[in-house]
Amino acid sequence: MTPDEVILLSHGAGGKLTARLIDSVFLPRYGNEILRRLGDGAVLPPLAGDPVLTTDAYVVSPRFFPGGDIGSLAVHGTVNDLLMCGAEPRWLSLAFVLEEGFPCEELARICDSIGRAAAGAGVLVVTGDTKVVERGRGDGIYIAAAGVGERVRGLELDPRRARPGDAILLSGPVGQHGVAVLGARRGLAFTTPVISDSRALLREARALFAFGGALRTMHDPTRGGLATCLNEIARAAGARIAIDEDAVPRDPPVEQACELLGMDPLYMANEGKLVAVAAPEAAPAMCAALRAAGAAEAACIGAVVEGSPLVAAASPAGGERILDVLTGDPLPRIC
Amino acid sequence: MCVAFPMRVTAVTGDRGRVALGDVEQEVSLELLDNVAVGDYVIVHAGFALQTLDRGEAAETLAMLGALTRPEEEPAP
Amino acid sequence: MKYVSEFRAKAFIEALLGEIAKEAASGIRRTFMEVCGTHTAAIARGGLKRLLPAAIKLVSGPGCPVCVTSTAYIDAAMARALRPEVTIATFGDMLRVPGSAGTLEAAKARGADVRVVLSVLEALAMARERPDRRVVFLGIGFETTAPTTAAALARARAEGIGNFLVASAHKTMPAAMRALAADPAVAVEGYICPGHVCTVAGLAPFAPLVEEFGIPAAIAGFEPTDVLAAVLALIKQRNRGESRLENLYRRSVRPEGNPKARRLVASVFEPADAWWRGLGVLPGSGLALRREYAAHDADAVLPVAAEAPREPAGCRCADVLKGIIEPKDCPLFGEACAPDRPIGACMVSSEGACHAAHRWDRS
Repeated sequence: MTPDEVILLSHGAGGKLTARLIDSVFLPRYGNEILRRLGDGAVLPPLAGDPVLTTDAYVVSPRFFPGGDIGSLAVHGTVNDLLMCGAEPRWLSLAFVLEEGFPCEELARICDSIGRAAAGAGVLVVTGDTKVVERGRGDGIYIAAAGVGERVRGLELDPRRARPGDAILLSGPVGQHGVAVLGARRGLAFTTPVISDSRALLREARALFAFGGALRTMHDPTRGGLATCLNEIARAAGARIAIDEDAVPRDPPVEQACELLGMDPLYMANEGKLVAVAAPEAAPAMCAALRAAGAAEAACIGAVVEGSPLVAAASPAGGERILDVLTGDPLPRIC
Repeated sequence: MCVAFPMRVTAVTGDRGRVALGDVEQEVSLELLDNVAVGDYVIVHAGFALQTLDRGEAAETLAMLGALTRPEEEPAP
Repeated sequence: MKYVSEFRAKAFIEALLGEIAKEAASGIRRTFMEVCGTHTAAIARGGLKRLLPAAIKLVSGPGCPVCVTSTAYIDAAMARALRPEVTIATFGDMLRVPGSAGTLEAAKARGADVRVVLSVLEALAMARERPDRRVVFLGIGFETTAPTTAAALARARAEGIGNFLVASAHKTMPAAMRALAADPAVAVEGYICPGHVCTVAGLAPFAPLVEEFGIPAAIAGFEPTDVLAAVLALIKQRNRGESRLENLYRRSVRPEGNPKARRLVASVFEPADAWWRGLGVLPGSGLALRREYAAHDADAVLPVAAEAPREPAGCRCADVLKGIIEPKDCPLFGEACAPDRPIGACMVSSEGACHAAHRWDRS
């Protein structure tokens, strides 16, 4: 594959060029003995626990951003979704939709990062597909990912189990992915040192799995950020959630960027954080377990309380505000 | 009706400048002001510096706020 | 964040609240208006209303450019957006403002070239890079933002960037505040004045209002201590029977404002009548491009027949903008009219009184 080669329509036709793409780009970077069989699907070994399936589409723009790219994001995001379901991630499938003219060198870099991320998360990419759309009909590359995991015994993760008195734990500072991608889009006109927090939450999730039933539910606050995630939990639990904004771990450059853009870090996307609802008696130990697992700034940020499903936040000024459900992508504003 | 922030001037080239709020940096136009220097703080709105922040007034306002936090009998240090 | 975080210190906030409680101990009910939408957002985001004594009420005024922009302006932008050669460049604030036939966000989904910018300079750069496109910048905002549009227009004219156009909906505050002060139905006993408008305009435009109508006014910054210091100043003036214009944002507002910025605005714009949602037509309250800039005036170059602006049926934004009613008193609030399906302008902008109330005060 020469450096200046680009994706042609025929790369998606299933013929010789598709095979060359698989042999020269995909297999060397994340091949394994199941994927190498190149069947129409992957025959998987039996699981002791219940199987869990998740699926996600990745269209992030720009494709490369500080702290990651669309490839590592696809692996981490899918792995994290499985972890949030209380499952040990096992296998992934990745389907690419490539645009005619997409540089093969970029595809190779993305597949390198897929390989590293999959190895890091201890998962195998076992099946996949590649389609090519005409130039102008796509945005370079989209990735549709699916993941299968094995449910950990003794866990019953369901936001409906959250009840008044339960503690809300957050594994680290919010808004890093959202600001990193926004900064990458703006180029020199607006630069931040913020890098995406995109990573697999294996250690954090496993640290909490050990608490069994005391762990009510777990979620990764991706699109819509922490506030949207908390609203989903409140609605499912039919209860109010009260948090203290001062207790939410902060990353100063994220806050500074959000101030300048008139945006709120609590609504900015995260790709490497988790929110856990914990039984009150287990919360301190869970928070300590998160920290021991490497989430150095993990904190209890609030609790589920009696009341109608809303999320209330005590503001740093000492007042209180409602964290409403997001009505659309956060937009930078001047007034 | 106007989100604007005090930002530290880190570079000046003609009527353009680079400014920072903490670790976040931005390019701005300085054409609405005169003789802005590196190290100044300027009020930035929509990519333009609208005014140079008056450090003396900022300190005075903070001093007045500080005075409010101390009980009357003890004069401000 | 230097010169930001210090003005958010909890000790200062608590001290100010203590002083406010002392001054409001009489229990006399006072209603103050924060004219500026950025104040409305700062108050709501800090949850400050709940910290004030019950007798002290804050109502939101017309100082939110999105809230006061007419549907006709959006309709005109939509019509231009659908022309193949046009790129609409706008601040994020305008993307979800409903015109009579949907929003710019919806037009974008149907193929219109609509771009969100952080500064008019990005729109000017787009025009410079793509001479084959006509870039129409939606010039919204008050005295604070008008100089930035003026600077871009002056540069476009000097460099001959003929494909950079501006649809001006810029407005100035004094006329709107005069309309409120003169309206007997508006029971407002003091104004928190827009700190960044005054950073450019200075004190001159607001001082005569205070004299003429005898209403206390305080120019404030946008941190919690700034807003609370203004509330305290207004209560004190009322308690002492005074009515003065106090500049509490002296770190940014000089008495003369920014003359250089104002001269630039005057060289590019001229006063014109403008229609404000909730206030109707206010003579001389808008900024239209001067004749010398007709080649850059979207209204001249790309005229669009838009019917006369009117309020959506059942919408009480007019009274909310004047502080006559609170958002929750409007029959549409929360049900028919909500952040994801805004009817009135005050629900559209994140700084609109109704949006802020729905988002931050509802509990």
